Amino acid sequence: MNKLVQTFVDAIAVGSLYALTALGYTLVYGVLRFINFAHSDVFTVGAWVSFTFATAFGWAATGSPVFGMPIILLLAMATCAVLGITIEALAYRPLRRAPRLNVLITAIGVSLFLQNVGQLEWVFGNAQKSMPPLVEDRSLFTVAGVHIRLVTVMIVVLAAILMLVLEWLVFRTRLGRAMRAVSFDERVASLMGINVNRLISITFGIGSALAAAGGLLYALKYENVSQPADAKWVLLGLKAFVAAVVGGIGNVRGAVAGAMLIAFVELFGAAYLSPHLREIYVFVILIGVLLFKPSGLFGKAVVEKV
Amino acid sequence: MTDKDRTRNLATRVAELHPNPAAAVGRSAWPFVVGILIAFALQVGVAPMLGDFYADVLLDIGVAIVLAGSLNIVNGFAGQFSLGHAGFMLVGGYGAAMVTYYGSIKLGWVPADAQEVAVYGGFMGAGDLLFLASCVIGGLVAAAAGLLVGLPSLRLRGDYLAIVTLGFGEILRVLVQQTDEVPDPAIAADASAWYAIGHLGGASPFTGLPSYVSATPWQQDASGNTPGHAGIFFTFVIVAILVICAYRLKISAKGRELLAVRENEIAAEAMGVDTARAKISAFVMSAFFGGVGGALFAHQVGNVLSPKELGFQKSIDLVIMVVLGGMGSITGVVMAAAALTLFVELFRPFAEFRMPIYALALIIVMIVRPQGLFGIKELWDLGPWRRHVIPAWRKIAGGWLIPRHEERLPIAIAKRLSTERVSSEMPSEPDPSERDPSEPADKPADEPEGKP
Repeated sequence: MNKLVQTFVDAIAVGSLYALTALGYTLVYGVLRFINFAHSDVFTVGAWVSFTFATAFGWAATGSPVFGMPIILLLAMATCAVLGITIEALAYRPLRRAPRLNVLITAIGVSLFLQNVGQLEWVFGNAQKSMPPLVEDRSLFTVAGVHIRLVTVMIVVLAAILMLVLEWLVFRTRLGRAMRAVSFDERVASLMGINVNRLISITFGIGSALAAAGGLLYALKYENVSQPADAKWVLLGLKAFVAAVVGGIGNVRGAVAGAMLIAFVELFGAAYLSPHLREIYVFVILIGVLLFKPSGLFGKAVVEKV
Repeated sequence: MTDKDRTRNLATRVAELHPNPAAAVGRSAWPFVVGILIAFALQVGVAPMLGDFYADVLLDIGVAIVLAGSLNIVNGFAGQFSLGHAGFMLVGGYGAAMVTYYGSIKLGWVPADAQEVAVYGGFMGAGDLLFLASCVIGGLVAAAAGLLVGLPSLRLRGDYLAIVTLGFGEILRVLVQQTDEVPDPAIAADASAWYAIGHLGGASPFTGLPSYVSATPWQQDASGNTPGHAGIFFTFVIVAILVICAYRLKISAKGRELLAVRENEIAAEAMGVDTARAKISAFVMSAFFGGVGGALFAHQVGNVLSPKELGFQKSIDLVIMVVLGGMGSITGVVMAAAALTLFVELFRPFAEFRMPIYALALIIVMIVRPQGLFGIKELWDLGPWRRHVIPAWRKIAGGWLIPRHEERLPIAIAKRLSTERVSSEMPSEPDPSERDPSEPADKPADEPEGKP
């Protein structure tokens, strides 16, 4: 019973992190129809930027004031939003009309660039650092003998707030309507007076900001940040991507559902089957979904036409 | 012209192409012979001249060419973007490692008290034959894996396929990490095949492999033995086989099917190409040579065969070589593999800047020259070569050694048939422009298979 509750709580927290990242994949795919391979690296940069700011403010030893966490969150989100917009303008915009394979290779190039520049001594370095405790480490309440940590609650609440804001943005505002219009048909949308380039920039900014929030929360949950080229980040990005695909890529609500599904399968598999095969559960789901329902659980099937 | 005339003419023309079966065999075999001679010259003549360090670099270049060249078949020719090539290396490498490790022990080549397996026999002796067999077996196991990975490619394309192949490579890596450590020779002597598969070393390297792939076989260790074998020779023989096979594939009808799938799958299907078959065969061929490359990698001195070495990063390295060289260009990929491997060695002090520079190069090439440096063309298809090198060579040697298809892809064959043969040797024929050009073009393309 204890183990069950513990796994359940972990799965919700991890699922929230995956969801924040998966939303970035899905938003970008919605407007540009390509998979932003570099998205997981923006997540990594988010974690590292949070670490850098927190250390620079001298909160590594003393702990932070109560307002520390929101400040870091805003700084990380702003930095990554700028980073995302820059990447789009420099690397992806020149390839707007290029074949998809070229865009994919460019995205891999951007991902490699971020990883390896981040690894340089004078950027983030290539050692694992421990994250300053921005959130007090204490248990908030106990469910069936399991202590629920404050940070876990914070992850879930913050992720939920961000997702609700995004939901409002996409479905209730003019900006969101423009986004959905571009996603539906870019050319017609531009004929209707939507500035497509500006909209794509904004979308990249939003996706990257969400990834940055995910990065900060991830660093707080695990209390350390691995070096930027660590395989851990690549795998995390892959899982988030799988979540986006499972939920039907381009579908904002599907991405959240997919992230939860992936997190539950992964963590329950790790707890009750074998802890070493976590990646395998996720990829088996991915391959299964792609083979039998390539449009994802909540996506619309697209028939390819000449 | 009636149909009967046309078939008769075609048969006559094919017969004229093969007046003498022995000569035909000779004509198709000489590139292999030249390849073997070059490999021999590299090992015996060039490598000692280069010295130990650069001989090692030469060996690295050979292995890189095998790996990148094999990836070029699926990524370049067939346009199926695979990010899991290290997975095929891993399958081939571990398969070959099991063959040489357990093979040497079971054949009784290893003393009872030995801690590891040493190379056995002289040049082209029993040990080398076992090693070469292990390369083939590693390749075949990898080809089976390629068949498995090729299946999803039937339903997925582009980004999704890249992710699934990447996932496949990671799954293999995780599975190997779950195995137990490699048994000592004493225990391995009575190991069953099932036991061997369960003991691949886990996350730590597959230790105690004999180093058949060594650049400097003349070097003696403290006890006066030479610990390695003629690795440059073996590697470049395999390079020659790969390059010749890839080139013949590219100029054949089969290769053009792959190129058609790459350019436009729906159009290819409409033209009667069996796209499923084409894609899967590309995966299988690519995986076979990737597995052979893995076998070379596993037995190379200074390499450790561990799941960590054969991860995502390795696949990306190979993709960079293929993309920079030109997706579909054999000479381009060979040159990119050689140049990038050489750069790694030359700029070792700046190793941390290697990947950022590669990444930037990748982005810039995609924006400025999306088809890669060579595109789909070979060295001799490029303007400067055609304008300067070929005329110069013609002056020196006439038509000798100029590739038969230098004009460009198999269209060259059709041209040859319709101009040289038809107009000069059959002057009584009506205007050649009336014939169906696709017919003569297809026939000679099958020629390598149809030979005795």
